[in-house]
Amino acid sequence: MKIAVSTSGNDLSAPVDTRFGRAPQFLIYHTETGAFSLKDNRQRLDAAQGAGIQSATCVAEAQVDAVITGNCGPKAYAVLDAANVKVYTCSGVTISEAVDLLRKGKLSPAEEANVEGHWV
Amino acid sequence: MKIAVASGKGGTGKTTISCALANAAQGEVTLLDCDVEEPNSRFFIHPVIEEERPTYNLVPTVDPEKCTGCGECGRVCQFSAITSLGKVVMVFNELCHSCGACARICPAGAIEETPRATGSILSGRSGNIRFISGCLNVGEAMAPPVIRETLKQATESGLNIVDCPPGTSCPYVTAVKACDAALLVTEPTPFGLHDLKLAVETIRELGVPFGVAVNRVTDEHNVISAYCCGEGIPLLLQVPESRRVAEAYSRGEPINTVMPELNEALRAIPGKLEALI
Repeated sequence: MKIAVSTSGNDLSAPVDTRFGRAPQFLIYHTETGAFSLKDNRQRLDAAQGAGIQSATCVAEAQVDAVITGNCGPKAYAVLDAANVKVYTCSGVTISEAVDLLRKGKLSPAEEANVEGHWV
Repeated sequence: MKIAVASGKGGTGKTTISCALANAAQGEVTLLDCDVEEPNSRFFIHPVIEEERPTYNLVPTVDPEKCTGCGECGRVCQFSAITSLGKVVMVFNELCHSCGACARICPAGAIEETPRATGSILSGRSGNIRFISGCLNVGEAMAPPVIRETLKQATESGLNIVDCPPGTSCPYVTAVKACDAALLVTEPTPFGLHDLKLAVETIRELGVPFGVAVNRVTDEHNVISAYCCGEGIPLLLQVPESRRVAEAYSRGEPINTVMPELNEALRAIPGKLEALI
């Protein structure tokens, strides 16, 4: 399974970033091999609107199966849902802790956005 | 002539002054309420509404039969209003600026622009005042298209008073740049001055000639009059602070009824603004 985790750090010890649409980058983690790569997302930070849509499209294009993030808004969720990417939200944990929680089945997939959009 | 009644700060009295200008006018005048997110001029004009018609924005509709999933539409869109996940194309209508780029770039000709109602325009009359009001539908975010449609109802030769939206962003710019001159309404407070400066900075960029009206004045020598004097901005009206105005406002009456002495100054404003053009 491939997971995109929102973060501002560069490795598994970094905290999960609370932002999805405006996350500085995504760490793409392969659960089978434990390998990971980084996907820069800083270009969304200055987007006037639609950062969530763009970030969701970006991780969907990276063909991930799941996203772990702090918060996910309605438009980002709609895109991820359409791309069959599951969304898991958590807070106050590092990437490796979050991946562990997911493996142990302690994170349940979101069935809708957990925050309101705020693009206006 | 089209006169924009605008301000940086909200709640300074744009609607009050717009309605007062329209009421003071002696001949035929058109009042266009372009504060489409909260149009309320009608409460002070009491027009008989003769027509209400919807306004439309063009948004993309994708033909899934023709779509090849190339993703060009999503890449060209500057507003993230369309995104393609292979052949699943998602459109976020409320983010669409109707630029048409997606339809033009689509190599498969799979995108058609179709109208979608986002607001309405009310037209009516109250005596010598021809009344037009734009109204953005609840839940919509894009005010400028409704403002542009509202402004199309202005008369070519007569006097048009345009009650503008507050702030200095797209809605303000859309309304003000379509006008020949503007009256910036503010109040003699530090906030009023701060936001007036923003409005002045923006309007100078737009190249629309303007003057200032100060509302709720307790002393004619105030922070605004000092600023206007220093900047060489014509100060065209000072409306005194008065409980009578607040009472009239709460009854839905224009200030002309409780301060008839203002009518002469109000009638002179279009001429003074015309002289600046």
